[in-house]
Amino acid sequence: MNAPSSMRSAPAGQHASKGAIRIQNVDKMYYAREGAVQAVSDCSLDIRAGEICMIVGPSGCGKTTLLNAIAGFHDITGGTISLDGELLCGPEKPKAEPGPDRVVVFQNGALFPWKTNLENVAFGPVMQGKMTWAQAREKARGMMADAGLVGVEHNYPGEVSSGMRRRVEIVRALMNDPKVLLLDEPFRALDSLTKSVMHEALLEIYYKNKVTIFFITHDLEEAIFLGHRVAIMTTRPCKPKKILEVDIPHPRNYSVLTSPRFRELMEETVNAVHEEAVKAFEAGEKEM
Amino acid sequence: MANGKQATSAGEIGAWDIFTYRFSKWLRSPTPYRMFVGFALFFGAWFLLSEVFRVWRFASLPGPRQVLTEWLNPNPVYGMSLYTPEYYTHVWMSLRRVLIAFVIATGLGVPYGLFLGWSRNFREFTFPVFETLRPIPVLAWVPLAIVMFRGDETPVIFLTTLASFYATALNTMLGVQSIDEAYPRAAACLGASKWQIFRHIIIPGALPFIFTGLQISVGVAWFSLVAAEMVSGEYGLGYLINTSYVNVQYPVIIIGMISVGVVGYVSSALVRFAGDYLMQWRVRELALGGGR
Repeated sequence: MNAPSSMRSAPAGQHASKGAIRIQNVDKMYYAREGAVQAVSDCSLDIRAGEICMIVGPSGCGKTTLLNAIAGFHDITGGTISLDGELLCGPEKPKAEPGPDRVVVFQNGALFPWKTNLENVAFGPVMQGKMTWAQAREKARGMMADAGLVGVEHNYPGEVSSGMRRRVEIVRALMNDPKVLLLDEPFRALDSLTKSVMHEALLEIYYKNKVTIFFITHDLEEAIFLGHRVAIMTTRPCKPKKILEVDIPHPRNYSVLTSPRFRELMEETVNAVHEEAVKAFEAGEKEM
Repeated sequence: MANGKQATSAGEIGAWDIFTYRFSKWLRSPTPYRMFVGFALFFGAWFLLSEVFRVWRFASLPGPRQVLTEWLNPNPVYGMSLYTPEYYTHVWMSLRRVLIAFVIATGLGVPYGLFLGWSRNFREFTFPVFETLRPIPVLAWVPLAIVMFRGDETPVIFLTTLASFYATALNTMLGVQSIDEAYPRAAACLGASKWQIFRHIIIPGALPFIFTGLQISVGVAWFSLVAAEMVSGEYGLGYLINTSYVNVQYPVIIIGMISVGVVGYVSSALVRFAGDYLMQWRVRELALGGGR
């Protein structure tokens, strides 16, 4: 809670005391066939504990690179990332260790197809040695019921709808009581009707759990509807171009979409994003 | 609670239910009748070519009627039919060898393939050697097998194991490589250690490919077994085929060949069933599930 802007942030920050991510001067360079590529450059972003921070930017701009660095899937080549003051990665230790305090929900979904939905949700605590399968199943059943997932516990992920799978995956993440949820365009593959249902479901889960949410998306409407703040990123190399405070109070529901304030914020965002999208298009960026 | 009840009944769908469901569906489909017509055409053509018209070259081939009467004859002309105990000795010896070889090949091939796919270092050390040995045909190993191993049984089993091992190991490796990167990452996020990822992600994730490998593996086991039995060993269907040739007992050759075909078909069906049993999630996605 350093910046004065955090004082007037939406109610989220007041509840949670954990899950603040500080990204400072992060660089990520990697080598591709066409030579060295600067995916992220001098990127600094403070994500407040308990907020929903939406990351918006053109395809291939390096948003996912940033997420992978926080999650510990990739190293960074410069700068530091810390979580609640503890260093995740930096010059001494370029790659963070993946762990249950930062759980990722993947773009195409990563529920294990060979485990039932219930076993998937129970997986985390058992692996960490915190619970036996029996205890974890018991807790998982309760958490699934809270999220309205009744009757699909013994189905395999492949047997339920894609919207249902995403909800199971989010519950699987929350089973570990994480500080941060890292969502990488989780609703991208869903049709717009399912998507709207998922947005309200996610908010409902969020109001109950109050974790920090780092949410990557292309969808501006989604970004403004869900987020406390929307960080618009520049095209490669990726860094925040503009950070928009969404001053629509939480809890929100779908009626927000037709409010005049929502329209204004949309306009403001569209212009900033469009500029970057054109740049990315002209540079011929490929989807990463 | 209607919802809860539905959940338990969905949880109780077992392998047997799936089998009966599939079987009744199969009977109602044109598949079995097409299969029947296919066999009828095959045997009909064979019969016409060899026994009715006695077309050039086919004239010296025993016809299906001749083979069948010999096979079902309590007093076979050439001494080999369903009524002679030697027939079963041959079938049993071959089956036993394939079974032993298949168990060895699977026991070595699956772990080897898993490590090939899992560890880059391990792959770089051993895969080039593996790839150099793999194209060497089983028959080229025959002299060495006889020199290296004592007795009649071990060389044959060694030769039968070889090709099966290659097929299993290679498919298992491909299976590990086919696993979506997101799964091990998700598991790591959820706090799984390296070995837990191996046990809960890599092994089940590779299973579909492993079972493809095992089906190829039983197939090539029969293939190399018959070749091995033709050059060494005593008893076995390959041995039977070869000695019948030497003794000019042509119908017995075909009895031996068809026996290999039937037993081979059954053994690969058994592997398929075992795969379905272990991969319920796939069976349910394909047979009953799909976006409900």
